[in-house]
Amino acid sequence: MKNWNVPFAALLAVAALSPFMVPLAGAQTAIKPAVVYSTGGKFDKSFNEGVSNGAQKFAAESKITVAEFEPANETQFEQAQRRFAQRGQDPIIAVGFSQAVALTKVAKEFPNVHFSVIDSVVDLPNVQSIVFKEQEGSFLVGVLAAMASQSGKIGFVGGMDIPLVRRFQCGFEQGIKYANPKAELITNMTGTTPAAWNDPGRGAELAKGQFDRGVDVVYAAAGSTGIGILQAARDRGKLGIGVDANQNYLHPGTMLTSMLKRVDLATYRSFKAADDGSWKGGTQVLGLKEGGVDWALDQYNEKLITPDMKTQVEAAKADIISGKIAVHDYMSTNTCKF
Amino acid sequence: MHELGSILFLMAAATLRTATPLILCAMGGLFSEKSGIIDVGLEGKMLMAAFFAAATASLTGSPWAGVGAAIVASEVLALLHGFACIVHRGNQVVSGVALNILAAGLTVVLGNAWFKQGGQTPSLSHSQRLMPLVFPNAGDSILVYVALLSVPFTWWLVSRTRFGLRLRAVGEMPLAVDAAGISVTWLRFRAVLLCGFFAGLAGSYISIAQNAGFSRDMTAGQGFIALAAIIFGKWRPVPAFGACLMFGLLDAVAIRLQGLKVPGIGEVPVQLFQALPYLLTMFLLAGFIGRAVAPKAIGVPYTKEH
Repeated sequence: MKNWNVPFAALLAVAALSPFMVPLAGAQTAIKPAVVYSTGGKFDKSFNEGVSNGAQKFAAESKITVAEFEPANETQFEQAQRRFAQRGQDPIIAVGFSQAVALTKVAKEFPNVHFSVIDSVVDLPNVQSIVFKEQEGSFLVGVLAAMASQSGKIGFVGGMDIPLVRRFQCGFEQGIKYANPKAELITNMTGTTPAAWNDPGRGAELAKGQFDRGVDVVYAAAGSTGIGILQAARDRGKLGIGVDANQNYLHPGTMLTSMLKRVDLATYRSFKAADDGSWKGGTQVLGLKEGGVDWALDQYNEKLITPDMKTQVEAAKADIISGKIAVHDYMSTNTCKF
Repeated sequence: MHELGSILFLMAAATLRTATPLILCAMGGLFSEKSGIIDVGLEGKMLMAAFFAAATASLTGSPWAGVGAAIVASEVLALLHGFACIVHRGNQVVSGVALNILAAGLTVVLGNAWFKQGGQTPSLSHSQRLMPLVFPNAGDSILVYVALLSVPFTWWLVSRTRFGLRLRAVGEMPLAVDAAGISVTWLRFRAVLLCGFFAGLAGSYISIAQNAGFSRDMTAGQGFIALAAIIFGKWRPVPAFGACLMFGLLDAVAIRLQGLKVPGIGEVPVQLFQALPYLLTMFLLAGFIGRAVAPKAIGVPYTKEH
């Protein structure tokens, strides 16, 4: 017993000393969940913050502390995942597609630890891959954008130019054309490196460029960069559409809606399943039907959504769920033809 | 024709918006470099200023208090640089790099401690920001005009005043300045402080005029671009201003041309436009700018002979 205690105490000391670890609490039999965030940072008011909200909900309900790590750059993904696994954290959620490569390696090294990856698929028995049908949610906000736009010109500002972001864009475009075939979509990408997720200044400038060209509704699918895009919309009195988390509260009055990607729910469910023993590996694809994506309506944007818009978008939602409307997945063909 | 005119006007406005922090930063850096002190730490000063501008504006509700705090924060780093390089004759490049690293770390640590939002400050409301003026051109912050005025001011100070003459002399031949009975240390300190002042304004612009709050590493290398603009302009205010405008224009063009379909070629890849400023920089540096002659005594600490 004594021999066992010494390394354990040392481990705890290390855990307490390191800046990113929260000392563990809770019963000994409880799980020790951990989250490795993406480079956008935990407080991006969007994707990562959604995961954080889900983790907090779980922590509050179960009284189990969730350890967290915010990497400063991509090279820290692998270290963070491995260190959590070595410390006995289980399950571990890796947030973002860019962690997949690191996770493939680390998950093989720790076959008994349960990992989840959000936005990517890692085909290993101890990995749970959670992906979303962003195109379906984007379709719905596209319908709303087309109906709200006076000029018939709608903007899209993506983060990093990758197929995943094109999937948002393509679904959005299809939704716009569905509601108004004559509407025009102007697309900008912030950059081609992960820094594009965290550049609100550039996002704002891209949005202003679109407004100058007549755009009056802009969809920001760009993590932290979106903060700048939505701010620019507010400054110019245009409409903004948020992404991932419900961002309507950011600028009541100029936020048309948000495309909800329920990473909070996915995180919560994954931890919950690990806690009650029902955790399963494999791939989960969460679309409208599964409640994985949706559009946001709350007290901050209810004035902007007319009854007509609501009826139309709910009809489109029902049609997508029933399969009457097929929303094209950019990543299935790497083109946006629908 | 009207269409084209309006596009040009919008492009000019976008250029000015993106060039403003570069212009302010380059004018500041010019004073420092003219006096013989290399300033690699422009980026760090600007970042620190951006953080303190947003933090102070958020806590006090006054954007001008934010600008004041930004200038103070930037001056503190400037004094630190001066202390290391002028008083203790340390290596100027090393000190500048150290300031950049210090600013990158300190802003996030302080931000986390004060606001608990992962190093960001809370989003600023309209009354906490330097909002765009309605006149003379709708959409420009007052700091845009300050930046424009800083160019003739710098030119006048450097080439038409006694202080400017001495400043240039101390960068070329500090021994002569010293022999004339003028303190090299005091002159260089004044230059470094002027630099801190302008870098402080540049930082404020980024966090409370262009954006609404601070986020990690938000200066995104603009300090280095300003430094490049100084070298492009051969350490002269007006050409350096031109270089800043060129960088701003390239950025505005890159943004505007994204997703554009060129007849016969199709959609031009985003990557090409993003690489354009760097390609052009290399092209111009290689062939068109000619030799950029730095102040002779730049980077050389002055040791008084006894």
